[in-house]
Amino acid sequence: MTVGPQFRRVARFVSPADRGFAAVVYGGSILFALLIIGLFVELVLGSWPSIVAFGPSFIWKSSWDPITSNFGALPMIFGTVMTSLIAIVLAAFIGIMAAVFLADFAPRWLGQPLSFLIELLAAVPSVVYGLWGLFVLAPFMRTAIGPALQHVLGWMPLFSGPIYGGGLLTGGIILALMIVPTVTAISRDVLVAIPRDLREASMALGSTKWETAIRVVLPAARVGVFGACVLALGRALGETIAVTMVIGNRPEISASLFAPSYTLASVIANEFTEATTSIYISALIELGLILFLVSMAVNAVARFMIWSVRGSERV
Amino acid sequence: MAQSAFKRRNLARRRIVGGLGVGLALVCAIIGAACLLIILGYVIVQGAGALNRDFLTQLPHPVGVPGGGVGNGILGTFIILGIATAMAVPIGLLTGIYLSLFGRGPIPEALRFLSDVLSGVPSIAIGLFAYAVLVAPFKHFSAFSASFAFMMLMLPLLVRTSEQAIRSVPQTVREGALALGMSNFRATVRIVIPTAMPAIVTALLLAIARVIGETAPLLFTAFGSQFWESNPNRPMAVLALQVFTYAISPYPSWQAQAWGGALLLIGAVFVLSLGARLMLRRAMRGLEA
Repeated sequence: MTVGPQFRRVARFVSPADRGFAAVVYGGSILFALLIIGLFVELVLGSWPSIVAFGPSFIWKSSWDPITSNFGALPMIFGTVMTSLIAIVLAAFIGIMAAVFLADFAPRWLGQPLSFLIELLAAVPSVVYGLWGLFVLAPFMRTAIGPALQHVLGWMPLFSGPIYGGGLLTGGIILALMIVPTVTAISRDVLVAIPRDLREASMALGSTKWETAIRVVLPAARVGVFGACVLALGRALGETIAVTMVIGNRPEISASLFAPSYTLASVIANEFTEATTSIYISALIELGLILFLVSMAVNAVARFMIWSVRGSERV
Repeated sequence: MAQSAFKRRNLARRRIVGGLGVGLALVCAIIGAACLLIILGYVIVQGAGALNRDFLTQLPHPVGVPGGGVGNGILGTFIILGIATAMAVPIGLLTGIYLSLFGRGPIPEALRFLSDVLSGVPSIAIGLFAYAVLVAPFKHFSAFSASFAFMMLMLPLLVRTSEQAIRSVPQTVREGALALGMSNFRATVRIVIPTAMPAIVTALLLAIARVIGETAPLLFTAFGSQFWESNPNRPMAVLALQVFTYAISPYPSWQAQAWGGALLLIGAVFVLSLGARLMLRRAMRGLEA
């Protein structure tokens, strides 16, 4: 449905009512653009005092001390990256496998309700995940999953130390639950869009259905599936409330996945209304700016990859 | 002979691997769906106990005083969503019309890019923006700033969907209207937009479902309130925010109410999603006819 040249001629606005209409349409679009540009400009302006005071070392300093007004973002960047990595590793495996099942194996009576359930999972509000994580998952981590992991893998620093329940791993698992639907829904769309000929050719050569799905269809869709994972990663990076409720909220870097940590988004959520000095507020806004830039870059990559497979249709 | 026996064994092995693989994929799909059912089950079981008439209509009570509810939060949610929708729909629709009528060229492409960027911005960053524009200059929290943040969160979906919906109205419909002597303005407003309306309403329902449980930007915009508040220029209670505050509080009675609030939120989101699905089906039928 592209706009052809003959339509461009028709769409020219001539009568006074048309001109007024065109003006309103332009006005609305300009307002929309200004809002988004304003978002970026305000974040830069708000964080400017902090950018001036701490310079680029803000990113790799690990102190976060409101009392001496000495701020560095490293612990939060560490926490954000770690939780998101845990989430994407878990969610990518489960999500892609579920998508393969839904695209190539599920009979209609099973596939439709399963897709519907998984899509509903995407609609559950973040605060509900957080509530569940806080009262169900975190205690379960402390009493069951954590000790079991430590029993088997306790020799690794990753799984050593006391288990509080809340921490990096719990945050990562909650995030994984939240992004599985994203990975599954988009990957399934990409897999379904792979031409039938490819499947038939592979079957004709004697592959089993499973070999066809894993060795032929999935590789053909790899760019789009990877894009789905990157898009989900972008969501995980910026997710706030659920993570804030289960991560333990301590600006420290430790080797153990059981240790409490902090993410960029959760430190803003926790401390912004309590921040008293202007440099403190500014440092928090700079964390927001970092988050904005990172998730923008991640999203741009993801969308580019998904488009390149699915054509110009938008995600 | 030996070779064909080998082939048969090989094929058997491949079939077993295939069966196991499909089983693994099925398990993964079931894990995804089961997570929803488990979370849903917890929220329903824990939340149903907290639900009663007082919970829906009363103000929160102080700690230690039994009873009380989230009535002001429900009211606040409606007010903030109402204002956000009233702002987001015109801007989103106008931008969608612009993109569908003047779809090519660098400016529309830039606008689409901006819209995609906005859809990926974390809600907490949008909250910071609303704070910088509408809270810091006036030195007080307000429900209106929360509506502004919600509007920003709703816009990308509205823009993208209304562009696609208007574009999928057949060109012949518009040309027919123009041939009958309608101006472009009237053709768009009276013929094209009504045809695209079910799809646009679908997008609006989904956008509301997306923000109704959104909590992060509310922390420093709507802020919360203990009173019945209907003035958008003042801090206001919001259901999602109450769920968050109650959940992280150390008091069991508040924690129980958090589950009740979560149940309300999930109920609202599911009703909106189902409504959107039904609307979409209607939209598809309308376009096919």
